[in-house]
Amino acid sequence: MSRAMPSRPLRRIKGMILKRMPLMVTCEEFESFILAYLEDELPRRQRVVFEFHLKICRECRDYLAAYRRTVELGRAAFADPSAAVPDTVPEDLIAAVLDARDA
Amino acid sequence: MGVGCRLRMPNLPRRSETLFEKDQTGDRDSFDDAALVEGLRTGSARHADHLVRTHIGPMRAVARRILGGDAFADDCVQEAFLKAFRKIDGFEGRSSLKTWLHRITVNEALMKLRALKRLDERPIDLLMPEFDENACRIEAAWPTLATTEDILERESTRALVTSKIRELPDSYRIVLLLRDIEELDTAEVAKLLDITQGNVKVRLHRARSALKKLLEPVLRGEVE
Repeated sequence: MSRAMPSRPLRRIKGMILKRMPLMVTCEEFESFILAYLEDELPRRQRVVFEFHLKICRECRDYLAAYRRTVELGRAAFADPSAAVPDTVPEDLIAAVLDARDA
Repeated sequence: MGVGCRLRMPNLPRRSETLFEKDQTGDRDSFDDAALVEGLRTGSARHADHLVRTHIGPMRAVARRILGGDAFADDCVQEAFLKAFRKIDGFEGRSSLKTWLHRITVNEALMKLRALKRLDERPIDLLMPEFDENACRIEAAWPTLATTEDILERESTRALVTSKIRELPDSYRIVLLLRDIEELDTAEVAKLLDITQGNVKVRLHRARSALKKLLEPVLRGEVE
C-alpha cells in the first residue's frame, strides 16, 4: 500500500499555485477554517473557498477525512452502554452517598 | 427547609399519590422529575434513594471520563450528590434533572482536577499537522481509512482509543471531552473552564488534531 507524498519540487509548485490562484487558500490557511467549517459557521464565500481547496488538494482531503473519523471514533468509544446501567454501581457507593446526605 | 422558601415548580403534580407510583418492572418507585424534586424538597429518604439509584451510573461514568481513576471519580460523585441535595430548592426545571445533575458532576470533576493541579498546559506541538515552507500540508496518503465500527468491534482497539484520549494533556483533553463527548456547547465550556470561547475552539481543534495523530495506526488499520 503506497503512502507516498508529493516530492518537494512538486509541493513547491503546488504552494505557488495555491498562493496565486484566485479564490484559493494555502493548506495552512485551510487548517484554520476546519473547525468553523465542520460547525457550519463559515460565511458562504469562505465556505466556497474552503470546498474549492478541498477539491484540488489530496492531502487536505485525506487529512479532513481522518480528522472527521477521529471525532466520530472518540464519541463512539465513550458511548459505552454499560456505563449508564445503575446496577453496575457498587452498593457501598450508593450507601455512602445516602449516608453522607443524612449526616 | 420551610415550604414557603421553595421555588414554584410549574409541573408539580397536584395529588400526593402521584408521587409514589411503582414502576412496571419491579418494586422500585417510579417518579417523574417534578415528583422526584418535590419529594427531595420534603427531605424524603425514599426519593433520595431513587434519585441516587437512577442517576449514579451516568454520573459516575462522566466523573470517570474526566478524572480517570475510580477513587477520584467516586469522591466526585458523592460531592455532586451532596451539592444536588443542598441545591434542590434552586432547581427551576428549566432543564431535565438528568441534565442538571450532569452539569453539577462536570463542575465537581473540574474542581477536583484543579485541586489535583492536573489541568496542565503541556504543549502538544509535536502532534500538530505539519506544513512545509510553501504552506503545503505534509500528509502521507491514506489508501484506507478504517471505519468506526471496525475499530470499536474489537475490545483491544476500543481500549486503545480511550487510552489515546487519556494521553492528551488535560487542558486539551477536557475541552475535547466536554465538547465532543459530554456535548456541552462552546459557551458552556468557556464558562466552566473560565477561558474565552475562542480559546475553547482553538483547544478543541488542537485536541482533535493531536488525537488524530495519536490514532493514525488504528485509523490506517495497522493495529490488529
